[in-house]
Amino acid sequence: MTVDKKYESKRKAADVFGRVIVFISALLLIIITVSLFLFVTSKGLSTFIKDGISIKEFLFSTTWNPDREVPAVGSLQFIIGSILVSVFAIMISAPLGVSSAIFMVEIEKKLGQKILQPAIEIFVGIPSVVYGWVGLTVLVPFISKHFGGLGFSLLAGILVLAVMTLPTITSVSTDSIKSLPVEIREASYALGATRWQTIRHVVIPAAKPGILTAIILGLARAFGEALAVQMVIGNRPVIPKSFLEPMSTITSIITMDMGNTVMGSVWNDALWSLALLLLIISFTFIIIIRLVGRRGMYK
Amino acid sequence: MKKIEVRELDLFYGEVQALKKINLDVEANSVLALIGPSGCGKSTFIRTLNRMNDLIEGVKINGTVLLDGQDIYKEVDVIELRKKVGMVFQKPNPFPMTVYDNVAYGPRIHGIKDKKKLNEIVEKSLKAAALWDEVKDRLHKSALSLSGGQQQRLCIARTLAVEPEVILMDEPTSALDPISTMKIEELIEELKKKYTIIIVTHNMQQAGRVSDYTAFFLNGELIESGPTDQVFYNPKDKRTEDYITGRFG
Repeated sequence: MTVDKKYESKRKAADVFGRVIVFISALLLIIITVSLFLFVTSKGLSTFIKDGISIKEFLFSTTWNPDREVPAVGSLQFIIGSILVSVFAIMISAPLGVSSAIFMVEIEKKLGQKILQPAIEIFVGIPSVVYGWVGLTVLVPFISKHFGGLGFSLLAGILVLAVMTLPTITSVSTDSIKSLPVEIREASYALGATRWQTIRHVVIPAAKPGILTAIILGLARAFGEALAVQMVIGNRPVIPKSFLEPMSTITSIITMDMGNTVMGSVWNDALWSLALLLLIISFTFIIIIRLVGRRGMYK
Repeated sequence: MKKIEVRELDLFYGEVQALKKINLDVEANSVLALIGPSGCGKSTFIRTLNRMNDLIEGVKINGTVLLDGQDIYKEVDVIELRKKVGMVFQKPNPFPMTVYDNVAYGPRIHGIKDKKKLNEIVEKSLKAAALWDEVKDRLHKSALSLSGGQQQRLCIARTLAVEPEVILMDEPTSALDPISTMKIEELIEELKKKYTIIIVTHNMQQAGRVSDYTAFFLNGELIESGPTDQVFYNPKDKRTEDYITGRFG
């Protein structure tokens, strides 16, 4: 066989070219991530270094007066607000999402694959402003009319986030349940187990790492969601005393205030500190997901 | 004594007929080997005996299968049936739980909660599956950490734990190495004293070694069945002879 020299060298050049492109992309990705982290960190830390506000005050005080002569940037109410709204939303969406995943994979396969799954994929793609807009026009007046108050409330935020995180939890759980080998279900049936026993004692335990990942992803989404939440929670910088009171979250205070502040002011720095806090929280979620995923027996 | 009697059994996957008018008797406390080329219907057939085909959509069955004289498609509850007719699959398929929980799974779903009783069942079943000595120190380790051969014996132990009367084995050694295969074959020899065993196998030598009776399937039909020696050394049908002597398949 004769080797076409020209073709050979062309092939080699293409190979080198491809490698360079991939290498540059990977490098760029790393540089962007690291610089983003460094930038937010340096900005976020200036509240404590430049402005001399203690970390303790920032994390544990609830006095938010960033525009006063002596600014106070206590942010506990935002942290608690974010936790309340996300955790309660997940408490609603996780059972629903996991149940619908089980329904789609184990009970009504045809209906699940033909109708429910595409529907859920569409849900994932709906922009958050749409959820917020619907919440604002439907949910807020509804709450105000039937439960009292303004309607802009913790409850409204919880419900909007529950709906928003439902598709995430459902689709990730569905994938993890689907990926279980069909043989372990057969083994269970062959021992005389009913469908429910098989789901309860084999499918759910085997899919547990995947289901936990789904729930944490949902929680991360709830924590990071800004727009839709901000549209319905009323944005008062206090810890809500009931489900019907207005409140703020870390994300909502950032989006609300960022246009009003001057670069380098304490107010602006405090918002960066909140952004840093969010970044740290999402890193924590990612680490938890990695740890949970590693525990899985089936890959 | 006849444990299972199959009469005029047809099975369809949608429009495709996978089993055609099967008539076959299985003697109690014997080993019946089902042989035949891939796609001949032997795995499909074995799955009609514990109604595993119920799980597949579009399957239609005509004819009767009698277990101790009772029609399993009409007179017997499917849960009861599967308790009596256990199954070991082609690929070892332990649950992703501990060795102990795998064996205790069957008794537990059938309502046994007493810890002492469960311990007894687990030990007895693992001993009967010739696995006890290898796993007694790691009963609470994941079953997936066992070797393939051990996993398959664990699956046999799991089947034995619900005290079946019949054990179906669908090519139980096809994924195993020769030594593990030998262990399983010795086990089958031992188990037939208490159980009726039906084994699907691709391996002629295995059928010859372990079975008392052999049934030869081809294209969804039962071509010939009888005592293994007779089917192997004195087949009545030309096609059986061709298959056994390796002319096709």
